[in-house]
Amino acid sequence: MRKVAIYGKGGIGKSTTTQNTVAGLVEMGKKVMVVGCDPKADSTRLLLGGLAQKTVLDTLREEGEDVELDDVVKSGFKGVRCVESGGPEPGVGCAGRGIITSVNLLEQLGAYDESQEIDYVFYDVLGDVVCGGFAMPMREGKAQEIYIVCSGEMMAMYAANNICKGIVKFAEAGDVKLGGLICNSRKVDNEFQMIEELARRLGTQMIHFVPRDNMVQRAEINRKTVIEYDPTHPQADEYRQLCRKIDENKMFVIPKPLAIEELEELLINYGILN
Amino acid sequence: MKVEEKILPDPSALKKEILSKYPSKIAKKREKQLIINDPEKDQPIQANVRTIPGIITQRGCTYAGCKGVVLGPTRDIINLVHGPIGCSFYAWLTRRNQTKPPSPDAPNYMMYSFSTDMQDSNIVFGGEIKLKAAIREAFEIFKPKNIGIFSTCPVGLIGDDVHAVAREMKEELGINIFGFSCEGYKGVSQSAGHHIANNGVFKHVVGLNDTPVEGKYKINLLGEYNIGGDAFEIERILEKCGITLISTFSGNSTIDSFEQAHHADLNVVMCHRSINYLAEMMETKFGIPWFKVNFIGAEATAKSLRKIGQYFEDKALIDKIEEVIAEEMPPVKEALEKIKPRTKGKLAMLFVGGSRAHHYQELFNELEMETVSAGYEFGHRDDYEGRKVIPTIQVDADSRNIEELHVEKDETRYRPRKTEEQLKALEAKGLEISGYSGMMPSMKKNALVIDDVNHWETEKLIEFYKPDVFCAGIKEKYVVQKMGIPLKQLHSYDYGGPYAGFAGAINFYKDIDKLTGATVWKYLQAPWETHKQVEANFVIDVL
Repeated sequence: MRKVAIYGKGGIGKSTTTQNTVAGLVEMGKKVMVVGCDPKADSTRLLLGGLAQKTVLDTLREEGEDVELDDVVKSGFKGVRCVESGGPEPGVGCAGRGIITSVNLLEQLGAYDESQEIDYVFYDVLGDVVCGGFAMPMREGKAQEIYIVCSGEMMAMYAANNICKGIVKFAEAGDVKLGGLICNSRKVDNEFQMIEELARRLGTQMIHFVPRDNMVQRAEINRKTVIEYDPTHPQADEYRQLCRKIDENKMFVIPKPLAIEELEELLINYGILN
Repeated sequence: MKVEEKILPDPSALKKEILSKYPSKIAKKREKQLIINDPEKDQPIQANVRTIPGIITQRGCTYAGCKGVVLGPTRDIINLVHGPIGCSFYAWLTRRNQTKPPSPDAPNYMMYSFSTDMQDSNIVFGGEIKLKAAIREAFEIFKPKNIGIFSTCPVGLIGDDVHAVAREMKEELGINIFGFSCEGYKGVSQSAGHHIANNGVFKHVVGLNDTPVEGKYKINLLGEYNIGGDAFEIERILEKCGITLISTFSGNSTIDSFEQAHHADLNVVMCHRSINYLAEMMETKFGIPWFKVNFIGAEATAKSLRKIGQYFEDKALIDKIEEVIAEEMPPVKEALEKIKPRTKGKLAMLFVGGSRAHHYQELFNELEMETVSAGYEFGHRDDYEGRKVIPTIQVDADSRNIEELHVEKDETRYRPRKTEEQLKALEAKGLEISGYSGMMPSMKKNALVIDDVNHWETEKLIEFYKPDVFCAGIKEKYVVQKMGIPLKQLHSYDYGGPYAGFAGAINFYKDIDKLTGATVWKYLQAPWETHKQVEANFVIDVL
């Protein structure tokens, strides 16, 4: 079983990219589980055709200790297994602690057991690594490979670099490695070259450049991944490519985060090139 | 009674040895916190700064200072701890604060332990709903007039707004409810918690009841927590002198009495560290002067009573006080005369509190014992060197983190009890108003003063001085006793007390006589530790 976590700046398209990639993997015949680690619980919406009815934490709160795996795992597109960790409303409690609780519960319930015959687990994690809770999927071998979704925008690159710092910390203690950057294009100048260069300097690869296409938005409005909504569209093939590259990926590294000056220099060099 | 002038040994070599084992940065820091005393000189000591990480400290947390020390001994308030159960359980009556309700049906919640018992899901989803439920439940069962909410560490981390909950519940239930943001991690020691408690009590309680209090000489006693019944003894003496004690902050105390505290004409301060904020704020707002007293030690008690007499400038009171002292002293002297020949010249060390390490030296002086080394757990520089250094104390980020209330004169209730001239005249006569000269000037030359002592230093101190008694708390007790030195707990008094006032002094003399006279300590070493191994040959007779 390969355990994959997707990180990246808030709003960069992590959930969309994750679900479209997962749709590609299940299309290939892989057995996949998606664990949404965002209190908003919207990481599996496209795979389930709508928001999950009940999150792990809601179930835990309502049912007490008597929780079964089937209470929290929902079956989605082509049998993909979907779990939403859930969490508090904005401004109260501790969402990070919630993720720790819910990932631990999934383990206890045997969600990752051999008997489940899962090929892939995907953790879709909220925004930046803001606190210990959001680093949970990286800790203690919960996730072994990390992909960072980014774009050519400064803040997205800055976040990617920051996440790399988190990976370094946990890579030294555990076996988590960076699998690559996924560029979710914002149509920024020289975006392809810039992210490729960023990846090179981080010591990793740009595993795929996902072009911007309104089809993604259209499919989302219909609560579907592109692969499900319009399997013949070129954008669906982009995601199929991405999922094949991830499936065949052999390049796993401990990244070398950049100093902030270096990052800004990169942006200036590529931003003013044309 | 005069302590024989004996020169204390010079501990320079000891200090050097202690520091030599530290990494250079730590040695540099500790050097400023270990001072070889010279009462003739101004010697700055570094205090109220962060403990060295990894070292075994005596210190407690901010929550302990706020809930445990200051608010804990008040019986008519439900002290509700918002947090996991351990914080509440381990603060449950462990300080041996006693209380005496006037009647069996008068409110007394001190024997209970109230907690919201936070669970994982309360951390994740926030604990405010559970806190409200706990307040309603406590109200339902006990119908208290006051509820205090104490925040533990996780509450601060997840951002539960205990103050908003307090306001909402106060409105809903129509009783006084207030919160304390006294998360354990705030500040460098429990001292921060004392300050937070002072602020809360001042903001939410003091001055709520304007019903006048009868009495000719009305005072409040600040910083007396009734451990082992100390406050009962002080109350007895004050009553005998005809002094009206409106409230004690906070031993054998009630919120009801705090509400009327502003009617007092004088505040006397025992534990300067934990309560001086309240004394100052009451002076600014209501015009009540304060001065430092010490009811630990018979002579100190007599001196403190005379100071009160001097302040009120009333012959009837002064005469009455002299009469009480004359009546109380003979049994004290009698006990002392019997015990002193055995204790004279013995050595004591005290590492405790923010005032206790100073106060108890009075009792040891009376026993003609020598205090060779002393220090505070959570004292500030003014507790060591006197309030004169306050303007020179650097306020660091840790202290800035604790709210400093801005207090102004109360428009209608401010009434200066003495004019500026009257106060000056009293000071000219030797009464130190709003003052405290600290522990160090009253200690002998060469006494080793140590802030925030740790176990490594404790071991070295014991090796060097071989004291006859070591005064500290439960965390040190058995470590020290295993080294063959009796330890007297000055937080909980072990199982003894009271030690305050005249009757308390006698108790202390007896307890110290028993401890330092016990021969059991020399049997602590196993025979094989002191005797050489007996050697013999194994002989086989082959004939």
